[in-house]
Amino acid sequence: MPARFRLTQGGLIDRSKPVSFQFNGKVYLGFEGDTLASALIANGVHLVGRSFKYHRPRGIMSAGAEEANALIQVGEGARSDPNLRATQIELVDGLVASSQNCWPSVEFDVSIVNNFASRLLPSGFYYKTFMWPASFWMTYESAIRKAAGLGKAPEGPDPDSYDKTFAHCDVLVVGAGPSGLTAALSAGRAGARVILAEQDNALGGDLLSEADAEIQGQPALEWVEGARAELEGLENVRILTRTQCYGYFDHNFIGLMQNLTDHLPQNAKPASLPRHRLWKLRAKQVLLATGAIERPLVFSDNDRPGIMLASACRTYVNRYGVKPGKKAVIFTNNDGAYAAALDLHKAGIHVAAIVDLRSDPEGPMTEQAREAGLRILGNHAVIATAGDKRVKAVLVAPLSEDGEKVYGGGEKIDCDLVAVSGGWNPTVHLHSQSRGKIVFDDDYACFVPGTPAQESVTAGACSGNFGLGACLTQGHDAGIATAAKTGFKAKGRKRAPPKAEDRNFLPARWMWLVPGDKPLGHGGKHFVDVQNDVTAADLHLALREGYRSIEHVKRYTTTGMGTDQGKTSNVNAIGIVAGHFGCPIPNVGVTTFRPPYTPVTFGVFAGRDVGDLLDPVRKTPMHALHEHAGAAFEDVGQWKRPWYFPIAGEDMHQAVNREVKACRDSLGVMDASTLGKIDIQGKDAAEFLNRIYTNAWSQLKVGACRYGLMLGEDGMVMDDGVTSRLGENHFLMTTTTGNAAPVLGHLEEYLQTEWPELEVYLTSVTEQFATISLAGPNARNLLAELTDIDLSAEAFPFMTLREGTAAGIPARVFRISFTGDLSYEINVPASYGAALWQTVMTAGEKYGITPYGTEAMHVLRAEKGFIIVGQETDGSVTPFDLGMDWIVSKKKDFVGRRSLFRADMSKDDRKQLVGLLTDVPEQVLPEGAQLVEKVEDKPPMKMLGHVTSSYHSPNVGRSIAMALIKGGRARMGSKLYAPLADGKVVTCTVTGVVFYDKEGERTRG
Amino acid sequence: MKSRYSIFSLMRNALSYHEKWPEAWRSPEPKPSYDVIIVGGGGHGLATAYYLAKLHGIHNVAVIERGWLGGGNTGRNTTIVRSNYLWDESAALYEHALKLWEGMSQELNYNVMFSQRGVMNLAHNQHDLRELSRRINANRLNGVDSEFLTPQQIKDLVPIIDLRGNGRYPVLGASMQRRGGTARHDAVAWGYARRADEQGVDIIQECPVHGFEIENGKVVGVQTAKGLIKAKKVGVVVAGHSSVMAEMAGIRLPLVSHPLQALVSEPVKPVIDTVVMSNAIHAYISQSDKGELVIGAGVDKYVGYGQRGSLPVTEETLAAVCELFPSLKRMRMMRQWGGIVDTCPDASPIISKTPVEGFFINCGWGTGGFKATPGSGWVFADTIANDRPHPLNEAFSLERFNSGYLVDEHGAAAVAH
Repeated sequence: MPARFRLTQGGLIDRSKPVSFQFNGKVYLGFEGDTLASALIANGVHLVGRSFKYHRPRGIMSAGAEEANALIQVGEGARSDPNLRATQIELVDGLVASSQNCWPSVEFDVSIVNNFASRLLPSGFYYKTFMWPASFWMTYESAIRKAAGLGKAPEGPDPDSYDKTFAHCDVLVVGAGPSGLTAALSAGRAGARVILAEQDNALGGDLLSEADAEIQGQPALEWVEGARAELEGLENVRILTRTQCYGYFDHNFIGLMQNLTDHLPQNAKPASLPRHRLWKLRAKQVLLATGAIERPLVFSDNDRPGIMLASACRTYVNRYGVKPGKKAVIFTNNDGAYAAALDLHKAGIHVAAIVDLRSDPEGPMTEQAREAGLRILGNHAVIATAGDKRVKAVLVAPLSEDGEKVYGGGEKIDCDLVAVSGGWNPTVHLHSQSRGKIVFDDDYACFVPGTPAQESVTAGACSGNFGLGACLTQGHDAGIATAAKTGFKAKGRKRAPPKAEDRNFLPARWMWLVPGDKPLGHGGKHFVDVQNDVTAADLHLALREGYRSIEHVKRYTTTGMGTDQGKTSNVNAIGIVAGHFGCPIPNVGVTTFRPPYTPVTFGVFAGRDVGDLLDPVRKTPMHALHEHAGAAFEDVGQWKRPWYFPIAGEDMHQAVNREVKACRDSLGVMDASTLGKIDIQGKDAAEFLNRIYTNAWSQLKVGACRYGLMLGEDGMVMDDGVTSRLGENHFLMTTTTGNAAPVLGHLEEYLQTEWPELEVYLTSVTEQFATISLAGPNARNLLAELTDIDLSAEAFPFMTLREGTAAGIPARVFRISFTGDLSYEINVPASYGAALWQTVMTAGEKYGITPYGTEAMHVLRAEKGFIIVGQETDGSVTPFDLGMDWIVSKKKDFVGRRSLFRADMSKDDRKQLVGLLTDVPEQVLPEGAQLVEKVEDKPPMKMLGHVTSSYHSPNVGRSIAMALIKGGRARMGSKLYAPLADGKVVTCTVTGVVFYDKEGERTRG
Repeated sequence: MKSRYSIFSLMRNALSYHEKWPEAWRSPEPKPSYDVIIVGGGGHGLATAYYLAKLHGIHNVAVIERGWLGGGNTGRNTTIVRSNYLWDESAALYEHALKLWEGMSQELNYNVMFSQRGVMNLAHNQHDLRELSRRINANRLNGVDSEFLTPQQIKDLVPIIDLRGNGRYPVLGASMQRRGGTARHDAVAWGYARRADEQGVDIIQECPVHGFEIENGKVVGVQTAKGLIKAKKVGVVVAGHSSVMAEMAGIRLPLVSHPLQALVSEPVKPVIDTVVMSNAIHAYISQSDKGELVIGAGVDKYVGYGQRGSLPVTEETLAAVCELFPSLKRMRMMRQWGGIVDTCPDASPIISKTPVEGFFINCGWGTGGFKATPGSGWVFADTIANDRPHPLNEAFSLERFNSGYLVDEHGAAAVAH
C-alpha cells in the first residue's frame, strides 16, 4: 500500500520497486528513486531530529546539499555514518536510520529543557560563566561535551575500502543542470575532453524538480534525456554522477568525491568496488554551473517541522511524488515561490494563503496564482508560528511601510506546511575557493562571482543568471569558449543554444529580518542558522558586544559553522548585520569559503594507503633468511632491520651478549644492506665532496675509503659515513639508513641551486647492492676461502677497497669497520645477496659464525666510542662537541663552516661527548637519563646533559655509556648523578668514550 | 571595572533580554601618538598590550591589526597547549605560559575553556622511545609534569586507538603531560582584548601597517591605513608575515614561512578525551567541546603566504589518522584551512630587541605559538617596558643566529619544520 502522503501519480520514482527501510526502529516503505527525506515525508514523518543547543524539534527544510536540519545517523556498528543529510541519502533496501542528539527519543527529548532555559543561553554564554570555582571547569566541560556533538562516531574499524584516482581533462563542467548540460554539450561537440561532474544521481539539476518546463518546445526532461544520450555518445566526454566537486585548489586542481556504493543494498555492493573514490583532477578550464540555493526568510519561530524552502516543496511534489503537507501557507518576498504555490495547488494540497512581503505583489507567476484563485496577502508577514512537533498554524499581519513593524494582532491561519522563499544565493563556493572575487548584486540581493582568479568561468544560476533560457544560452556559449581556449574550435555550422522561456523570481522585496509580534529576542526565535540554533537576536547581541567583523559574528555566535557551513544561513546573517549597522552589504563582507563544499569521508583521502600500503616496508634481499633464522626486527626509517637473532629461549639481553662476544672472539656477520648508497660521478665529484664534507677529499687515492662528516647549514652534524673512490671521477658515498633520502635531497639541492657549475651526477644505488659485513678475528680467514682478492694486510690495508669476486659473485669488498674489529664489507648485486649470505653462513660454520643485529652493532661501536648520527647527535651537536676536531678542515670551505665558527659554537660549556661508567658495574644507565652534578630533594634540578647510548658490554665486562655533558671533557673523573623517574639515583664517573681496544690494534691488524 | 561576567550577570542580563551587555572592547579611532604600539592583534599582541598596562603601568598603548582580532594563527591553530619542551630555555618559557593558562579564565574573567585533558606524544619505534625517555627525564627535572605511558595505559585512555598500527606504526609508548590540553582559541584573543581595553589600550582593527618611521636609528612612528601614528616604542608580533613587516624597518629575519593546514570533522559525541600527537606520522588529533575532531597536519613543503593547505598534505594526514584510529575512517572532513607559520632555523622563537632602537620583534613561533600566547605576551611586555630581555627570553634573541647559541627544538613540535 502506498504511503499516506504519496501522490497517486507523477514523480521520477519507480513505483514498481518498493523499498523497505527503518527509521527510529519503525519499518516504512518507499520507492526506488526516493531519498530518505522524500520517503519519510511520504509516510508523514516530519519530526526527524533535534537541534544542537535547544533540542527543538526539527524537520526537513530542503531537498538537497544545503540541508541543515535533517541530519541522520545511518547504519549500525562499524558501518555507522553520523550526520548524513536525509535529503541526499538515496533510499536503499534495508536502510537503518535514526535521529540524533536526542534522548530518550526524538519525540520526547529531555534536553528540551534547554529551550525553556534559552534566555540563559544566548550566544557566547559559555564565555561568561563556568568560571567558578576554577577547578570545576573540567566537570562543566565533561557535561558540555556530552550534550554537544550531533551523531555518534562509528564503532569499530571501517570494513569498507576507498580509492583514489587521477584525471586530466580540457574542460571540467561542475553541475549538470541546464547550463552545465549545454556547456558540456558544446565543449564536447568541439572535441574537448570534458568531464561533467554532478552531485546528484541524475542529470538535470533543477529541471528534475520542475513540473512543466519546456526546452526547444519539448518537456524539459525529454530534452535532458536527449542531452544525456548525446553526451554518452561522445567518446571525449565522461559523466560522473554522485560525484561532489568539493575543493578547488591552485592551478585548476580539483578534488571530487564519487560515491560508488552507498546507494546499493549491502548485499548488492560489488566487492570489487570501493565505497567512495577521490578524484584528483587537473583541468585546463573549469566551468562552474553549480546553480543556486534558495534562501529562507528569517521570521519568528521559523524552525518548526513542516517549514521548508519553497523550492524543496516543488522537488518533493514533482520529483518524488509526495505531499509535504495537506494545507500550505506560502511565505515569500519574490515571484518565484508562486511556482511552488501552483505546484502544490495542482497536487491537491490546499494552499491556504500566499503571504507576500511585497506591498503590491506582481509578476508573471503572481498572475497565474491569482488566476488559480489562490489567496494572496500582499504586504503581509508571518509574524509567529505555532505547533510543537509539526507546524500547525501561522500568524500573519500587515507590515509597516518601512517593513520594521507589523500592525495589528494578526490573522491565524491553520496549516501543516509553510513554504518559504527569501530569494536565491548562487552557489559561489567553488569560485570563491579558487580565490575568485565575489561581488554583491543589488538587484538579486545575492553574491555573484566576480573576476575569476584561475582558468575558470561560471554559468547559469551560479553566475547570477536565473532564467532558464539565459542559463541554456550562457552554458552553451561558455562551453564553446572554454573548449576554444583549450584548442578546440567549434566545428561546422554554428549551432544556436536551445530555447526556453526566460523568467526569474523578480520582482522582490528584500527583507533580511521579518519583524515578529514581539521585539526581537523577547519571545519567539528568529533562527538564522537552524543547525547551530543561532537567532537574529544572537547576531544583534554579538554586534552590541563589539564583535563587529563578520568573522567575529560568526565565531561568537557559531552561525554558519555547522555541517552545512551556512549554505542557507550565511547571506541572511550578513544581511542582518548590515541591517544593524545600516550599511550596504558589501561593507560587511563575507566569511571565507573553505573546502569541502559538502563533508568528505576521511577514508577517501587515505584511499588504498592503509595497512601495509600506508608507507612502504623496505626489506633487504636477505630478509627472508633472517626471518627464517628467527630474527627480531626493528623499524629503522622504512626498513625492517634484524634487531637481534635469539636462539633457543634466549631473551634479547642474552642474544645480544652472545652476538657481541662472537664478533670479538671469532666471527660475526651482519646484513648492512640498508645503509644509504649514493653513486657520485662527474669531473667535479671530488670538489663536490670537498664542499659537502668537513674534511678534504681531493687527495684520496683511487681504491681508498674515507670517513666523512657532513653538516647542515647551521654547522650541526647532519650525517656521516664512509665514501670510497672507485675511479678518478667516481665515488660511492654511504649514508646512515634513515638519512639516505634526506642526504640525497641535500646534495641535489646544493648541486642544482648553489653550485650548478659543478659537473656531478648523483644516483641512489641503495637497493642495487646487498651488503654483508664480516667482523671478528676470523673475518679474513673466512673471506679468503670465498674470494680471489689478495687479503693480506699489505695488499689490502684498512680503509681501502678492492674489486673481485666473492663466492663467485662480482663484488666490491671494503676493508672498513664500524665494530672496531677486523672487518670487511662485501657489496654484491642485490639479487645475489641471499646466495652470498647462505654461502657465508655455511662456510663460516667452522668459526661459529654468528649473525648479529642492530643492537649488537650498537654495543660494538659504543665499545669503540663510535657515534651514531641521530643518537649521539640531535641536530644541535657540532663535530667539536663530539671531539672530532680532527675531521674539520681548517683550509677549505664546506657547507656549515660559517655557522660552525660562530662565537658561541666553540664555548667550553657546550655539551660534549664523553663516556660514563657507573659506580656499580652491573648497573646500566637508562638511555635518555638526564645527569646532574647535585641531586636536589625535588625538581627543578640543574641538568648537565643526557645519556645518549648505554649498554652492558660483555667484552668490557661491565656497563658502558656515552653522554653529552656540558663542558664534559673538563669533567674527566668527576662524579655525575642520574635521578630516575622511580626515585633511584645512579652514580657514575665521566671518562673518555673509547672503552675497548683503545689503540685500535684489532681494526688494522 | 566594566560589567563582570558570571552566572549572576548572565541571569541579570537575561531579565533585560541581553540588551544591556556592554561592548567587550571599544573600536576607537587612533590617537596621534602612543607610548607603545603593538602591531598585530592576535593572541600574542593582545596579551602583550594587556601585560604592558597591567604589570608595567603603560596604558597609552595601541594594538593595530590589519584585519580582525585573532584572525591570523590565533584563530587557525588546533588549540593544543603543553609545555613539555626539551631544552631548559624552552621549558622555562612554555612552563611559564602554562602556569598563566592555568589561571587565565579567572584573570581575564573570560572563559577560555582551558581544558587540561592531557597531551600524549606517541612513540612508534626504538628511536622514538629513546627520544621520549630523554624528554620525559628533562621535563621532570625541570619541574614540568611528564610521564611515560605503556601501550595498555594509552589504550585505556584512548580506546579507539589501534596499538598495532597494522604493524607499520605500532604504538610502543607515549609521553603524557596531564596538565596540557586545549583551549578555545578565539576566546583567548577576545578575553585579552576585553581586559586590555579596560586598561585603556586602544584596539584598532582593519588598519594595515604600511611602514615605520625611523629617525637616527630609532623608531618614532607607524605609517598605517589611518595615517601616521607616532610611538615611542613599537612591538611587532605578526607571525607568518613577520619577515614582511621587519623588512619595512630594514631588518632581515632568519625565517621561512610555510602554509600549515588543519581540518575538522563534523561534530559527534565524545570519542577521544585527550590530545594525541604522533611525530612519526605527522598527525595530531583532539576533539573540540562542540564535538568536531580537530586534526593538525604537517606543513606544506613549499614556502608561501597562501593561507590554505595543499591536498597531498591532507591525504597524508588523514591516512595517518585512519591508521591510528581505524573507526574514524567513515568520519567526514567538514572544513579545512591553512595558516602561515614562520619558523627559525632552530625552531625556537625570537623575542628580542632589534638593531632599530625602540623596535621589538616577537616571531618565529612556527607551528607552536598558540600554547605560548600568555607567556609570550608576558615576556614581550616586560622586554618592551624595560628595554632589555627578561631572563625567560634572553636565550631567544635575534643575536643568537650570529653567535650560534641556538635552542634547537626541532624534535619538540609534533610536525617537522
